[in-house]
Amino acid sequence: MSERQIELEVLRYDPEKDSAPRFQTYSVPCLNEWVVLDALNYVKENLDTTLSYRWSCHMAVCGSCGMMINGEPKLACKAFIHEYSDKIRVEPLAHFPIERDLVTVIEDFIGKLSSVKPYLIPKDDKPISAGEFKQTPAELIKFKQYTLCINCMLCYAACPQYGLVPEFVGPAAIALAHRYNQDSRDGGRDARQEVVASNEGVWECSFVGACSEVCPKHVDPAGALQQVKVASTIDWYKEHLMPWVKK
Amino acid sequence: MEIIQTDIAIVGAGGAGLRAAIALAEMDPKLRIALVSKVYPMRSHTCAAEGGAAGVIKSDDSLDLHFNDTVGGGDWLSDQDAVEYFINEAPKELIQLEHWGCPWSREPNGSVAVRPFGGMKIKRTWFAADKSGFHILHTLFQTSLKYPSIQRFDEFFATDLLVDDGRCQGFTALEIRTGQMKQFQAKAVIIAAGGAGRMFPFTTNGAIKTGDGMALAYRAGAPLKDMEFVQYHPTGLPNNGILLTEGCRGEGGILLNKDGRRYLQDYGMGPETPVGQPVLKTMELGPRDRLSQSFWHEQQKGNTVSTRWGDCVLLDMRHLGEKKINERLPLVRDLCISYLGMDPVKEPIPIRPVVHYMMGGIHTDINAATPLPGLFAAGECACVSINGANRLGSNSLTELLVFGRKAAMSALAYMQSGLSTAKDAALAAQAKDSESRIQALFDQPAGQETINGLRQEMMHTMEQGAGIYRTGEGLAATCDKIAELRQRYVGISINDKSRVYNTDLMQALELGSLLDCAEAVAVGARDRKESRGAHQRLDFTARDDQNLLKHSLAYYHPKEPPRIDYLDVVITKSQPGVRDYSGAKK
Ligand SMILES: Cc1cc2nc3c(=O)[nH]c(=O)nc-3n(C[C@H](O)[C@H](O)[C@H](O)COP(=O)(O)OP(=O)(O)OC[C@H]3O[C@@H](n4cnc5c(N)ncnc54)[C@H](O)[C@@H]3O)c2cc1C
Ligand code: SF4
Ligand code: FES
Repeated sequence: MSERQIELEVLRYDPEKDSAPRFQTYSVPCLNEWVVLDALNYVKENLDTTLSYRWSCHMAVCGSCGMMINGEPKLACKAFIHEYSDKIRVEPLAHFPIERDLVTVIEDFIGKLSSVKPYLIPKDDKPISAGEFKQTPAELIKFKQYTLCINCMLCYAACPQYGLVPEFVGPAAIALAHRYNQDSRDGGRDARQEVVASNEGVWECSFVGACSEVCPKHVDPAGALQQVKVASTIDWYKEHLMPWVKK
Repeated sequence: MEIIQTDIAIVGAGGAGLRAAIALAEMDPKLRIALVSKVYPMRSHTCAAEGGAAGVIKSDDSLDLHFNDTVGGGDWLSDQDAVEYFINEAPKELIQLEHWGCPWSREPNGSVAVRPFGGMKIKRTWFAADKSGFHILHTLFQTSLKYPSIQRFDEFFATDLLVDDGRCQGFTALEIRTGQMKQFQAKAVIIAAGGAGRMFPFTTNGAIKTGDGMALAYRAGAPLKDMEFVQYHPTGLPNNGILLTEGCRGEGGILLNKDGRRYLQDYGMGPETPVGQPVLKTMELGPRDRLSQSFWHEQQKGNTVSTRWGDCVLLDMRHLGEKKINERLPLVRDLCISYLGMDPVKEPIPIRPVVHYMMGGIHTDINAATPLPGLFAAGECACVSINGANRLGSNSLTELLVFGRKAAMSALAYMQSGLSTAKDAALAAQAKDSESRIQALFDQPAGQETINGLRQEMMHTMEQGAGIYRTGEGLAATCDKIAELRQRYVGISINDKSRVYNTDLMQALELGSLLDCAEAVAVGARDRKESRGAHQRLDFTARDDQNLLKHSLAYYHPKEPPRIDYLDVVITKSQPGVRDYSGAKK
């Protein structure tokens, strides 16, 4: 098994001790098939137990381990050592306050996610005893992609607009609202528009598309934002130019 | 210390904890519900489940068939009254999830699709591609946001239960962000803190599955049940234990040894079925324990393929074709390519058995109540027991829902049953003790022991002595080793002295939980002198229904190994029989 010595340059910050973040470099013997998370775990187990970062699944599904790797937002458990040179720089996700080392404060994101009413607001009521709602594979395909978001927040770290205007609801939350809007069982679009189509909603997006590029799950939040914009524009025209037409 | 007053507090926000919280909020919107989790809910390990959730919905299926598959699959160690309740509730819970928006895969006519799963006689596993647990968890989490009465405490680490006047009245938890201890006061507590696979070196379980919930209950006096039954999943990636779902075989993948032989036919699961046309409950769709055990035998015979990650067998899915693999098993393909550099469309994938699931857990009755009044448990941390000696794949996700809700119902009924007034001073004193225990870890001078060192020794001895096949001798050695590690654990200190997000401290606490649970596994296994389901002894190869058609109960002792007691299995309608997975007469 081929092994490579990597210089892992990690941002360290302990608010109880440090007045500002600093970098600490660890020399880590890495196997070629490793991901950056394996290297961090090596540090934690063998070199420095005080390093703090979040992780759990090691299979790119729990969304815990987002961080900046050589300046790009990545999942540490899906950033392969063999794709990097012998020096790798690891920092906490951009655009979020640092709590400690590689751990960020993510309350803002959690709040935004909750604000878009990301749950089914059923079109029709139906008791459990009446069985499932029918949904054809074609209807499922319409929103399936937007259900794949693991809330890793890489898209927020990549989004220049979120960096500038922290009030922006942002890619993943809007994609999630879109997911429910597109669900054939749902009737809650109007309730969600209040947040989604507000100034801090889709209109904040300048359509740079960086979010979709970094998304590890191919959710395509930029596509969702674009579709929401188009739909909201149609709403606006209907309301203002053709008030006699019902939405 | 800040006291957080609640009616019902839940430890764990995975599938079971979220389901319980929603049930409580729906039953009584005025309840004060605290949902406490050491990670944000969507990070819980339910997200990793791929295959699906079992529940009878199709007209060719019946509740009786699901009952028989579950009880037989569990080698008759399941409590049949609990199984009956479970299979009855299962379809309702899965439909409920559908009503909450879960993106289940569909048939062309729009009804929910089901797929075959190991040990099931009929296709009855609901699935959402191969990300079923992920979708269940996110559907539950998102749905929970509807209910303002569910107050979340994300990234709070529960450390000790508070028990006074003979009943559980809350717990202490560290706020990870600040390092401050909080006292959660509650009229009833539900533990839904997941499994403990991390006591083994090679596991599909995420880093957070460290048996904390089991240890909380165990230390407070509730016994752990059937801990010796540890499920290996037959198909893990050999380098890091990542799971390839049973759906791979359900869709038609086959298992080959180094000679290209479908070796399962040599272990009572034959005759060979046509490639790509899986037959239920036979060959590749046999139960997990049998498949994992066959691997061990092939390895002994030298029939495994040796790879740079050790001995493997091959999972061949090439005949399924790219289209079907992309449609039904997209995650599997992605995982193989990403973590192994191999594409299942083009080549067979080396795999080996890997520790996956704990059948055992906190002893509860059919109402999800533990013997400690006021304490309830559900999900993987609990043992109710529907899974017996071997869980059938796809029963566990459904179990989270059925018994998550049941725990909520029971906790509410208990709370309304008229409780004595809480003695604040007594509870505060206990909370203070718990805080001192944590402080001691900070104050203890650095010694010889390291958290990682002890953890490595624990995982090593568990694999050596308590793996797929066990012997009295090996288990005795493992019991001794774990007892020794528990003693040495008392001497550990932490290097990280910061209060803020101290993962060194959390790992120390998690190691403590794992050691307690590991000892219950090893001692339970040493004392169970028979082979049943996932517990296989080379020195006692037969099942012993005469003496051991019984659950084991492990009772905690702070300094000594647990005391083991036994409890009769509830048999209602299915007498112990032979588990037959040959295809011969079907
Ligand atoms: C890779 C994989 C695939 C699987 N596939 C399937 C499948 O296809 N079908 C199936 O039926 N089953 C499957 N299983 C099993 C099933 O997914 C699990 O048994 C189930 O998800 C466990 O859910 P849970 O709610 O009990 O626990 P988890 O989802 O693990 O949640 C535990 C919760 O407890 C919290 N917690 C733990 N300790 C503490 C503490 N000290 N303080 C505060 N909070 C704490 C955690 O933060 C978390 O929120 C699979 C398991 C794995 C590992
Ligand atoms: S949209 Fe993609 S990048 Fe953004 S949080 Fe979801 S999975 Fe992560
Ligand atoms: S550890 Fe779960 S996404 Fe990386």
